[in-house]
Amino acid sequence: MVDDNASAAPLVRIEGAAKHFAGVPAVDGVSLDIAKGEFFALLGPSGCGKTTLLRMLAGFEIPDAGRILLDGEDIVPVPPYRRPVNMMFQSYALFPHLSVESNVAFGLKQEGLPRAEIKARVDEMMKTISIGQFASRKPHQLSGGQRQRVALARALVKRPKLFLLDEPLAALDKKLRAQTQFELKELQRRLGLTFVIVTHDQEEAMIMADRIGVMDRGRLVQVGTPAEIYEHPNSRWVAEFIGEANILRGEMVGREAVRTPAGTLRVAACGAAQGEVFVAIRPEKIRLSARRPDLEPDNCFAGRVSALAYRGDMSLCTVALQSGAELKVAVPNFMRGQSHVRGGDSVFASIDAAACVVLTQ
Amino acid sequence: MSGGHAWSGRARRLVVAVPYLWLLIFFAVPFAIVLRMSVSQNAIASPPYLPLFDPAAGWAGVKEFAGALTFDNFQRVFSDSIYTYAYLKSLQIAAMSTAILLAIAFPVAYGMACAPRRWQPVLVMAVVLPFWTAFLIRIYAWINILQRDGLLNDVLMALGLIGEPAGWLSSDTAIFIGIVYSYLPFMVLPIYSVLEKMDQSLLEAAADLGCPRWKAFWLVTVPLAMPGVLAGALLCFIPVIGEFVIPDLLGGSGTMMIGQALWVDFFGNLDWPAASAIAIVLLALLLGPIMIYQHLQMRALEGRRW
Repeated sequence: MVDDNASAAPLVRIEGAAKHFAGVPAVDGVSLDIAKGEFFALLGPSGCGKTTLLRMLAGFEIPDAGRILLDGEDIVPVPPYRRPVNMMFQSYALFPHLSVESNVAFGLKQEGLPRAEIKARVDEMMKTISIGQFASRKPHQLSGGQRQRVALARALVKRPKLFLLDEPLAALDKKLRAQTQFELKELQRRLGLTFVIVTHDQEEAMIMADRIGVMDRGRLVQVGTPAEIYEHPNSRWVAEFIGEANILRGEMVGREAVRTPAGTLRVAACGAAQGEVFVAIRPEKIRLSARRPDLEPDNCFAGRVSALAYRGDMSLCTVALQSGAELKVAVPNFMRGQSHVRGGDSVFASIDAAACVVLTQ
Repeated sequence: MSGGHAWSGRARRLVVAVPYLWLLIFFAVPFAIVLRMSVSQNAIASPPYLPLFDPAAGWAGVKEFAGALTFDNFQRVFSDSIYTYAYLKSLQIAAMSTAILLAIAFPVAYGMACAPRRWQPVLVMAVVLPFWTAFLIRIYAWINILQRDGLLNDVLMALGLIGEPAGWLSSDTAIFIGIVYSYLPFMVLPIYSVLEKMDQSLLEAAADLGCPRWKAFWLVTVPLAMPGVLAGALLCFIPVIGEFVIPDLLGGSGTMMIGQALWVDFFGNLDWPAASAIAIVLLALLLGPIMIYQHLQMRALEGRRW
């Protein structure tokens, strides 16, 4: 549904945007459409250019090349204070000399709205974000989570066409972060706004976003829904950046098999791949068993558990195969107490052909 | 940290006592001496005041001493229009110089804070550089510049701005020039230090919320600079009120600041009690501003800006 909208009339269209800092490319020819009402995440390691791209949308960076269209209008020449775009800063950037209420009202005052309307909208927004009880406090009297909400309210009260969030949850502790992720998503759905979020946390992007754009060294390397990106990464780099993956280098043998150091892997038929390829397999898509499965799987390798890392909900095993290759395997701990797999166990690792992603780069 | 065996209770008390001891020796005792002098009487003697306290006379000596103390000097300070004039003139000059200092220092400090990072230490150095030359020599240099055949008149005439040499020296203008020149670093540095620490993302946030640059300056930069502005203003206003050297060397005979009045009474008239009374009244006047300044410093130490 979202993709249909994007192709019909995107809210934001970025065409070949590029930006260099002192000759070093920060954003290198990015083109992207974002649909109205979409929750879009820009994901990548630090220094990949995702923040620079976000700041281009806000108007704090002027692209060296390319266009940025908002509702069909090129906004590159429009200064930040005239864009119908608001941003939530990573540091929150709350005005320390103003109360919570004045912080939230700041943007509306700049629009020159009548006093009564400002008051009504500020009160409503503070109620929505539940910060009403802190209205008269100064930012330094608030906790990190409360400050985050004030920053959110201050930007959202402007009713932006496009709402930008720069690492909005980075300063929160893990528990609060999980709760806020859920609330942000809920808020976005309720207000029907378009959110673009920058994050380096792939889990956060997957939980919240409708679509994710993965960035590496200034380039957008893959765009898709969280499931598409996780299940169908288009490169070794994406497969390893999003979640964990076993990457096996090998050679195509016909159309449905790859010869790898672990042995010959049967894979689902894949297009035009030929010659040297890489096979990516997610650790949770490999099953371990003590005996060779009765029902012959697509691929089955004998090996020994050489290391085991207990993570509570699951354990991550390293299985040394007889061929000398190693596989990381996630084993769910569905029984309380000891894991059913122990270090040193002889095991069989079964892999469906459909679980193997064949990559050419 | 507390109760560590390396620190015995006595040693800790000693450390705490050091600043109090310092205050006692260098503030409380001199202040007591000045206070005692201010309620004494002028005398042609050595020391030039009465009564003298004779510890050998015991209790009778104390009673005699206390009976001879007088508030005449304070009465004179308040009734003689020369002193009233000098206090008011000092207040006026201090207030005006502080305003001029602020008008010059704020743009300077703002420019410094906006300069590239690697230039900022050099700029701070440039502001502090005059301190490397003795204060008196710098004021004498100003006499040279401001006198009738001095540099200022030469330059103005060469530019064709004035036809004949103007008399800059021995005027209130010269006092203002001297004060502004001497105190500028004390105004620039506190303002610079708050501006330099300011989070630049606050200005981006203001722009994001609809503020053009000039408006963000008034709504964000200026209010956030207020602690520095206030500290700088007090740091200049308080000592300028008691300033003696600058008005004495650069000012005219028609202007007398309270520092000069004090000097005349002390060294000219050898009237130590009157001079002490002037000093006590001056201190009382400055108590308010000093307390505000202390309050600001305490808040800064607590790491709270607002």
